[in-house]
Amino acid sequence: MQNFEFHRPKTIAEAVAALKSSDGDGKLLAGGQSLIPVLKHELAMPSALISLADIGGLDEIRLDGDNLAIGAKCTHAQVASSDVVKNTIGALAKLAGHIGDPQVRNRGTLGGSVAHADPAADYPAAVLGLGATIKTDRRAIAADDFFTGFFETPLESDEIVTAVLFPKAEKAAYAKFASPASKYAIVGVFVAKTGGGVRVAVTGAGPKVFRVTEMETALASNFSSDAIKDIAVSADDLNSDVEAGAEYRAHLVGVMARRAVDAANG
Amino acid sequence: MQVTITVNNRSITRDVEARTLLVDFIRGELALTGTHVGCDTSQCGACTVLVDGKSIKSCTMLAVEADGHEVSTIESLEKNGELHPMQAAFRECHGLQCGFCTPGMVMSTVDLLQNNANPSEPEIREWLEGNICRCTGYHNIVKAVQHCASGTKGA
Repeated sequence: MQNFEFHRPKTIAEAVAALKSSDGDGKLLAGGQSLIPVLKHELAMPSALISLADIGGLDEIRLDGDNLAIGAKCTHAQVASSDVVKNTIGALAKLAGHIGDPQVRNRGTLGGSVAHADPAADYPAAVLGLGATIKTDRRAIAADDFFTGFFETPLESDEIVTAVLFPKAEKAAYAKFASPASKYAIVGVFVAKTGGGVRVAVTGAGPKVFRVTEMETALASNFSSDAIKDIAVSADDLNSDVEAGAEYRAHLVGVMARRAVDAANG
Repeated sequence: MQVTITVNNRSITRDVEARTLLVDFIRGELALTGTHVGCDTSQCGACTVLVDGKSIKSCTMLAVEADGHEVSTIESLEKNGELHPMQAAFRECHGLQCGFCTPGMVMSTVDLLQNNANPSEPEIREWLEGNICRCTGYHNIVKAVQHCASGTKGA
């Protein structure tokens, strides 16, 4: 791992200033569960790491009207054990409780996961599946506009995710076919029925998290696993790797979607 | 960079490079070699220590991130020559063969019982997702955790 400057700003403004002064070559550090492995492999070699550890107000979980607002620095363990999350969007607490392993969940954060936009991460499925809004230090970005590509988001190099607003769900569930080694999703499907309608979001299968609109339409008129049993997902743009081939992933999307719907109907 | 970390109840101040991993600080700087490096890729859990009482993988945390925090390693468990109940349970139940994964297993399961004093067998097995044993000794590890939990009930 190459060395870097290390900053621990006390405010968002100081963190933004530190990012600006690194000429786009600085990286934010939250829980580090994705970033530190990236640094070890020298897939990124930032000149500076700007830690969010000392910035207050980013680790709150609260109801905000019809939304559940979760601070960017909330760890997966915190979300998994939060009564507010369990009572409002139980599927989200459950999802957080199955990310990686206990040690990873004690460090990894919601904001870090979302900003990293790993195509096999769990949180992006919930963010897109619930139609959440990503709040940054300067704007609000709809989930549909956020995951733009392979590890790609519209975040500026000096922009900081501060919270994610999840709409309350009438029904929601996440079903994951996990890699037995890493616990990343080989295919994970988040299904939700909210005031905004029905959404189906798939992680792990393709180069980025994506929606299956054909399933959404079918579920909107009949929210049951039967309604989507004949909907096939094309393997064309899906991943093939050591874990699973594209055809198998396409099959798993259907299976996980049906399991998620059944779980949501609980 | 100067860091001050409380390790096993002792406040320690050292100059470290920003890139120093917490596990390298613990082993290299402090010579506390009970914490092991197995995979160095945050999978095996041999490097598990407690930071502010919570289990984390010290190969995936920087020493500078621990500045101002409390770290507990396997060396902190034994008191006055008495093994910690979890260590005693691992010995009693033969919860180890080669012993390489054991410090991480013990620190991780100490954290489990802090969160859940009486875990079921599936809960123990699920908690141990983050710790790998290459001697395939999981069965006796699970028994050790159950043994420790039953012995500390109401304690």
